[in-house]
Amino acid sequence: MREKATTLYLGPQHPGITGNMMVRLKVMGDTIVSAQTEVGYLHRAFEKLQERRNWLNSFTLMCRFCVPETDPMENLYARAVESLDNIEVPERAKYIRVMVLELARIATQLMWYAGQNGSLGLYTMGQWSIGDRDYILDLFEQLTGGRVYHMYQWPGGVRRDLPEGFEGKVLRTLDYLEKRLKDYDDLMFSNSIFQKRTQGVGYVPKESIIEHGVVGPVLRGAGIRSDIRIDEPYEVYDKLDFEIPTQEGSDIWARALVRRAEVHQSIRIIRQVLDQMPKGEFNTSIPNPMKWRVKAGDTYVRAESARGEVGYYAVSDGTIHPRRMHLRGAAYVHAITLLENILPGQNVADVSAIMNSLGTCAPEIER
Amino acid sequence: MSFFDLQGTLKPLTALKQFGKKPHTLKDIPWKKREASDNYRGLHFNDIDECIGCGNCSTICQNAAIDMIHLEGVEGKKGDSGLRPRVDNGRCCWCALCVEVCPTGSLSLTKDYIYVTEDPDAFLWTPGISNPDGEERKSYVSTHELSLNHFNRIPMPELEGKERIKSFAEVVLGYNEEQAREEASRCISCGICTEVCPDHMHIPEYINAIAAGDDKEAVKIIYDNNPLPEMCGKVCTRRCEDVCAIATRGDSVAIRWLKRYATETAATADITHEIVNPEIREANGKTVGIIGAGPSGLTAAYYLALRGYDVTIYEASAKAGGATMYGIPKYRLPIESLEKQIGYIQSIGVKIKFNTKVGKDISFKEIYDKYDSVFMGVGFPDAWPLGVDGDDAEGSMQAFRYLYMINSGEKVDIGDKVVVVGGGNVAIDAARVSRRFGAEVTILYRRRVEDMPADWEEIEGAEDEGIHIIPQGIPTKIHKDEKGHVKAIEYLKAEMVADDKGGRPRPVAIEGSETVLEATAVMAAIGQMGDYSFLPKEFEEKITIERGRFVVNEKQQTGDPKVFAGGDAVNRTADAISAIADGFRACKAIDEYLSGK
Repeated sequence: MREKATTLYLGPQHPGITGNMMVRLKVMGDTIVSAQTEVGYLHRAFEKLQERRNWLNSFTLMCRFCVPETDPMENLYARAVESLDNIEVPERAKYIRVMVLELARIATQLMWYAGQNGSLGLYTMGQWSIGDRDYILDLFEQLTGGRVYHMYQWPGGVRRDLPEGFEGKVLRTLDYLEKRLKDYDDLMFSNSIFQKRTQGVGYVPKESIIEHGVVGPVLRGAGIRSDIRIDEPYEVYDKLDFEIPTQEGSDIWARALVRRAEVHQSIRIIRQVLDQMPKGEFNTSIPNPMKWRVKAGDTYVRAESARGEVGYYAVSDGTIHPRRMHLRGAAYVHAITLLENILPGQNVADVSAIMNSLGTCAPEIER
Repeated sequence: MSFFDLQGTLKPLTALKQFGKKPHTLKDIPWKKREASDNYRGLHFNDIDECIGCGNCSTICQNAAIDMIHLEGVEGKKGDSGLRPRVDNGRCCWCALCVEVCPTGSLSLTKDYIYVTEDPDAFLWTPGISNPDGEERKSYVSTHELSLNHFNRIPMPELEGKERIKSFAEVVLGYNEEQAREEASRCISCGICTEVCPDHMHIPEYINAIAAGDDKEAVKIIYDNNPLPEMCGKVCTRRCEDVCAIATRGDSVAIRWLKRYATETAATADITHEIVNPEIREANGKTVGIIGAGPSGLTAAYYLALRGYDVTIYEASAKAGGATMYGIPKYRLPIESLEKQIGYIQSIGVKIKFNTKVGKDISFKEIYDKYDSVFMGVGFPDAWPLGVDGDDAEGSMQAFRYLYMINSGEKVDIGDKVVVVGGGNVAIDAARVSRRFGAEVTILYRRRVEDMPADWEEIEGAEDEGIHIIPQGIPTKIHKDEKGHVKAIEYLKAEMVADDKGGRPRPVAIEGSETVLEATAVMAAIGQMGDYSFLPKEFEEKITIERGRFVVNEKQQTGDPKVFAGGDAVNRTADAISAIADGFRACKAIDEYLSGK
């Protein structure tokens, strides 16, 4: 008797990823035969909405492109407008921005710890890392006035200067996290169940990496050293000393090791930032937002998020509204074409873990 | 890896040491309420008294979460729309841009982030009313330095004080294109200025056009309800700027200078015609006679002509413009500028009969009978004398009369020591004109400098030009020499006494404080008055004149339904923009009256 493939709908509500998207799987027993992603549950037309808003208040939409890691998006918008309108950003603002970006990277990786382990049934890890992430959110709250949606980096610099004693609080939080990461290692990386569930699972072949334009930890987990912070340094990354960790396995395990090492690198970067940060202005005055006409032209800016490269294309026709805005995030290819490509042959129980390790962020796919 | 990995099994068990620990965010909950940070973007708070209802918060809000609503007990007044923001917390995203753009700094966000109620409509929240205690919980605020408003005005380039007094060249040089665009960009388009402008000019709209680089559009918008905008752009009393929202914490937007900039881009009457491209209706066969080619008469004439009326103005002087032509010195309003604007008004078909004084060259009755309707914009051609001993001396004159003669090209002998009595714009004008003829000039004013009704920029300008101001001096006598010419002016020093009725402080003369000031000419600038001798008795009986002014209804109509009036002879504010507003209102009323609508 011929075995018949069963259609299995995974999602749109998921364990392990942020936002809603669905994967329609055809399975034979536990093995996936084919996969098709279905999006459309989250579309909010942010790019279109920005065309109706002015150059300032459309910046508040940026954080919604990826809820767990809002700051690279804000950074892209600010830099895009600055490049169109030739706005000089004070040095101090650049340092503050890098600090925020790296704190956001750590917070995102802590959330990834929770998601990656949650998708494998190791819930304790999630409770720890989400709890520790709150220490970073506390810092964000003190700095920006918001815990998740910071709306902090805007064209010209940042909205507010560091509060009094903020540097000390950051350093204390980093010390604490460094200690905690050892506990994480014991619970997660030394855990034989975790190793068995991740090693050799979710393998991305080298040819797919080129074919699909893979970026970020997925790319570096396949042994390719590429990071926008080094390849095309923005803000003050060229003045900082840090490494780009890589692994060879190109599976969930390798990508997990890359992310783990990146948290350490981010801590290293923030310590340097606090050490080198100059005094002075934190913002350049921008025109009255109601009448701000950004010079006509177009620009493309890139940044390295925790999931990999994000690019932002902005067009101005010289009016008070942006003409066209477009965001290209890592998740767009990772979670659609690449995912569909690597799922066949995998076990159905591993889908959530694979999606997580690819950095799936549904709001980034649907703008 | 073996099937049983000892380390991989035991190490995770070290997690047990964390047993019973709670994440720090939950530590004290629910026993202790978590306190938000000092910078937190929580629920809104608005200082209701400080807020002026400009609506900038509502404009910037990307989610349309803020409405401007009427509140009980909050009345609109000059510089306050009477509206206050109401936040729909179901739409708010707490971006706090409303706080960043609030010109008064009244709006802020608080540390409050939990609000529980059973009322399904409670998400509509009027900050400051819904949370009167929010004042103490303010966290995210906009200080003067952090605000996104641009509080500093682009300085107007001017001639140096020493240069100015050498000639009658225009003192104010005007913004260049870049300066105008930058200044226009400071405006937040709240429209509070429009409310107080007597003529309700479309201020935010034309400033917006200037900011957008479309000066022609600005000129078109301006001409919608003001046919003498370049004059206003130079000498308007600009009450709009007093209430500018930006002025609550900074310099008001230079509305007057922006209007000046826009209108000056139309260099001639022909270019103005081309830009405004007025739509003139077909002649309707009805006629209107206008007495006086001052701002009110010209305005009524222009808009009536656009509506197809056959309009004729009777003007006693050789030039049109009234007090703006003869009362304002040329260093403030050059003759070419006024002639350009009047030329444009004539170009659309308005007829002006110059040197035709009603009551002398033509009788009022003749005009009354000849036209379907009559508008009187006769102004205040006479000035009050000083009314002290020796007032009749040679060299004692009225400042308004002096300005008239100078503007008509006559020569007036003022000697080298001039004393001007008064504190209004006419006093400053007469003083600055005298200075240009080389005289040493002193202004004698009853009250303090800060009480002077003159424009502060004019007062500063006078001081820059070396004019001495003696405040709190009440003139009592003019001394004559043997030829009957002014020799000196005597005055008493005054002290300011608080008014029991709550009015501004009154000057009271100090006995025995007589001071004598040498003078070759004394000019009284203490007010003007009307001359209604041209009106026939039988007509005067039909209308009402109270305290020297015509009494009109809200349509500028006198007791005789056919006759309308406006300008200084009607309104107490006695400035050009009020006269223009009168003319505009009268035009609409005359149109209604004659078309029977």
